[in-house]
Amino acid sequence: MKIIISNQSELPIYAQIREQLKEQILNGQILEGSTLPSIRQLAKEVGVSVITTTRAYSDLETEGFIASMQGKGSVVLSTDNNLLKEQSLMRIEEGLTTAIETARTMGMSEEELLHIFKNLLER
Amino acid sequence: MELLEVKNLSKHYKAFDLQNINFTLPKGYIMGYVGPNGSGKSTTLNLITNICKCTEGEIRINGISCEEDAVAYKEQIGYIGDEFYFPNNFKVKNIRRVLQNFYPTFSAKKFDGFLQRWNLPEKKPIKDFSRGMKVMLMFASVLSRDTKLMVLDEATNGLDPVMRTEILQLLQEYVMDGERSVIFSTHILSDLEQIADYIYFIHQGRTVLYDAKDELIESYLLVKGEKSAVSSELEKALIGVIDNAYGFEALLSSDQAGLLGTEFQYEKPNIDQIVVHFIKDGR
Repeated sequence: MKIIISNQSELPIYAQIREQLKEQILNGQILEGSTLPSIRQLAKEVGVSVITTTRAYSDLETEGFIASMQGKGSVVLSTDNNLLKEQSLMRIEEGLTTAIETARTMGMSEEELLHIFKNLLER
Repeated sequence: MELLEVKNLSKHYKAFDLQNINFTLPKGYIMGYVGPNGSGKSTTLNLITNICKCTEGEIRINGISCEEDAVAYKEQIGYIGDEFYFPNNFKVKNIRRVLQNFYPTFSAKKFDGFLQRWNLPEKKPIKDFSRGMKVMLMFASVLSRDTKLMVLDEATNGLDPVMRTEILQLLQEYVMDGERSVIFSTHILSDLEQIADYIYFIHQGRTVLYDAKDELIESYLLVKGEKSAVSSELEKALIGVIDNAYGFEALLSSDQAGLLGTEFQYEKPNIDQIVVHFIKDGR
């Protein structure tokens, strides 16, 4: 597990921690069933406030990445559960909807939009 | 559970009034107490340590007030100020003896551990210690006791960045078990930026802002741009506008970000910038 905090980042620190943990959980660097360091341990190691790490963990919990278990700490959940998939699907739909709406307001044709989409896919 | 409760705290001096300070600090958290010189930071901390008596109000540590039980109250406090408080003609062994006689929870073993960890010489007179060594000696004396609240008044002043970082880590270790808390004032706000959970900001003896640090930083935007592009509505909303020859810089409450057009630049402020603009604003 690794966490690197940047003060130049647009993201607030709690979100940086959340996103980095999420990425490592999704790509398998942090294994399902493993226990994350305690909120206070992590705050001390990374040198950020306890409130900041608390928020990162509670976000991860809401999004279904971890569960806090009495006496065990925060345990990493399986990433192929439905909740996660659903959330990712929602985020994809949201992003695409924004793109479509923007294209419509500027009068872009469907073809043009699809062209952009294909180009981006090939990147 | 609240560790420190400060209610309606006021102190009247001839030339200065500290007015109606209110906050609570839960167990296991760190509060940064900020404000410009002469704003009442030390006065507040001196009231908490009971070096001075308040004119009005109430302070409790773990539910105990100093009036109810002065010994139990003070036993819980570890204080470090910006001035060295041991006599300069002492050596480390004299301090060890004094602490041992004074404080029932003082552990000579822990104390010696810290001396070793920070290479503090036993036989050298303290007057020959550097500022950094003196500060670490104060930390050693406080950390070898079983305290619940660490009160630091500009304790990191005059220390190099390496030492300041070490002290920040010490403070985080101190609150690790979730039972102990820290309140500290400092001019070097970047110290606070990362580890403080709460910020209390006072100016001229009055509360300006008090919130969780993350909330505070997210509540405001630092806006930069050309003065001529500012609408009258935006002008009213801007906090503490500082002009220069080529533009302006000000704070704006995040929920009013809608007033900003593309001609402005904005970013997250740091605590320093929040303090500077609020003081400029005179609120």
